[in-house]
Amino acid sequence: MAEAATFERAPTPGAEPGRPILEVDDLRVHFYTRDGIVRAVEGVSFTLNRGETLGIVGESGCGKSVTAMSMLQLLPQPPAKIESGTVLFEGRDLLTLSDRKIRNVRGNEISMIFQEPMTSLNPVLTIGLQITESIVLHQGLSKKAANQRAAEMLELVRIPDPKQRLGEYPHQLSGGMRQRVMIAMALSCNPKVLIADEPTTALDVTIQAQILNLMLELKKDLGAAIILITHDLGVIAETAERVVVMYAGRKVEEAKVKDLFSRPLHPYTHGLMGSIPRLNEVVEEGATRRLQEIEGTVPSLIEPIPGCAFAPRCTFATARCHREAPPLEQHRPDHWAACWETERLEALRHGPE
Amino acid sequence: MVATSTEFVIERPQGWLGRVLEFARRNPTVVIGTSILALMAAVAVFAPWLATDPLFINPIDRLKPPSKEFWFGTDHLGRDVYARTVFGTRISLTVGLAVATFSTAIGLAIGLVAGYIRIVDAIVMRIMDGLMAIPGILFAIALMALFGSSVQNVIIAITVPEVPRVVRLVRAVVLTIREQPFVEAAVASGTRLPRILVRHILPNIFAPLIVQATYVCASAVIVEALLSFLGAGTPPEVPSWGNMMADGRVYFQIKPWILLFPGICLALMVLTVNVLGDGLRDTLDPRIARRMG
Repeated sequence: MAEAATFERAPTPGAEPGRPILEVDDLRVHFYTRDGIVRAVEGVSFTLNRGETLGIVGESGCGKSVTAMSMLQLLPQPPAKIESGTVLFEGRDLLTLSDRKIRNVRGNEISMIFQEPMTSLNPVLTIGLQITESIVLHQGLSKKAANQRAAEMLELVRIPDPKQRLGEYPHQLSGGMRQRVMIAMALSCNPKVLIADEPTTALDVTIQAQILNLMLELKKDLGAAIILITHDLGVIAETAERVVVMYAGRKVEEAKVKDLFSRPLHPYTHGLMGSIPRLNEVVEEGATRRLQEIEGTVPSLIEPIPGCAFAPRCTFATARCHREAPPLEQHRPDHWAACWETERLEALRHGPE
Repeated sequence: MVATSTEFVIERPQGWLGRVLEFARRNPTVVIGTSILALMAAVAVFAPWLATDPLFINPIDRLKPPSKEFWFGTDHLGRDVYARTVFGTRISLTVGLAVATFSTAIGLAIGLVAGYIRIVDAIVMRIMDGLMAIPGILFAIALMALFGSSVQNVIIAITVPEVPRVVRLVRAVVLTIREQPFVEAAVASGTRLPRILVRHILPNIFAPLIVQATYVCASAVIVEALLSFLGAGTPPEVPSWGNMMADGRVYFQIKPWILLFPGICLALMVLTVNVLGDGLRDTLDPRIARRMG
């Protein structure tokens, strides 16, 4: 892509892919509400490598977004409180940065794309104004240069007539277009990490694919690492290289995407996969296959959970599961799971190893 | 009009005049309100050329009914009611516009900060509650008693009780806007707080604020007349509609024109401003306009 030339950055030492750029360690975020303490994130750790796409999956309310927001100090404190943990980004702990310093990281080195392209753009400001805002802020470009840059960004995300679009308002664009604008905004300062929080959930399926492909292509061109937060395993399968599965504020499984889909080790992951509709499945004459769902709902995060958080909904659960929280253990190379009964699950699905 | 090749092309009015006419067709109340108000503003500005000296006293011509010489008649001191009514437009408009401008400006600044910063909100809103508890007219009378009566003091006296109303409106809008994802997105891209307030939140407030300003203006015109009528407003020598109505009150049953003409003008002005406000509300908020059919 010819435009990519403009975005070349001087290679930083240690910038080769594979080295960690963002390390989250034992992150614990609680919300102090009137009803009690909501333990939204309970000791989550993961590593994001340079140039990698890391997927974070889980049902609504399992702490995916809270994890992402707390990394950039975006949660209002109070009611939120970061109880413990570090988020190391290029040697700095983002959680302890001052207000001024974290603002320089936001949108500049780490930027976010939100779920709602319809409401993530200010309805009364032109597209151009909104894109140039962070360019002027972080890159110190002049208005004119920023406009030039904004037009380039729009071209990069394949919006036709970029010069003209700069003067238009969000309501003049379709949902897919707006999400492209959001991506252009997020990438306008060459971030090293892009956090995409359900970037395609509000879009229809054909547009979803376009947006995901666009994000992956741009990632390749610009060399950014992506954290992709979603509840859609289909999206993960297509885009992520590694996956973290979260449940009730805890990490229950982590694996390379291929391993996760071929041999999920946690019953929750297994259950999530059962609830993906398949198009190419052969259904016997007269037989109907219903989509499987995971019985029950995500537990209340106010009551402390002594054992495995998934135990009440798990068909493999034993007395021990309700009593003792299973530790996250490496079962195969690069494949971690927090479950006491992985062997039984494996035996059931594939026969004993 | 424009010749179009396809019959489905909507004809867009061309040029400046065309667009104005199109706007007038869609929003008749706004246009009517603005025109009448513009007319009144013209009367106020060109008062010296439209009427004689409103302060000229001629006891021989006192209490004359409307005639060719004195269009609106004369009052008990023989002053021309027409001249005084024309000059009275100045006072009413000045007070109305000044109060609307100051109270929205002050209210906007306070409301913006209060709506966004929690601690400021807790303190400021209690002060505003306190201000709202003061009866406006009593406050005005007290202020006049302390500092004497002048148009300037009338404006201050009316502005102070109006500010909390504007603050409440602005704060309420800010509280809803700040939860919008686009504000979150702006924060996430490293934008500083003052800039978020001015760049992202302020433009979303303008529509309701302009509408509120017209209502404040109408109410200020009435309160000014009321204060003057009670003798706590503009000094008696200033020809304001309230003063004139107070003068005419005693003669109302036998010489009604002294009270009638300023009264009609007052009603017309308040009605116009309110109609304009309603029109603006419908124009600026298309959702309401659609609901009203």
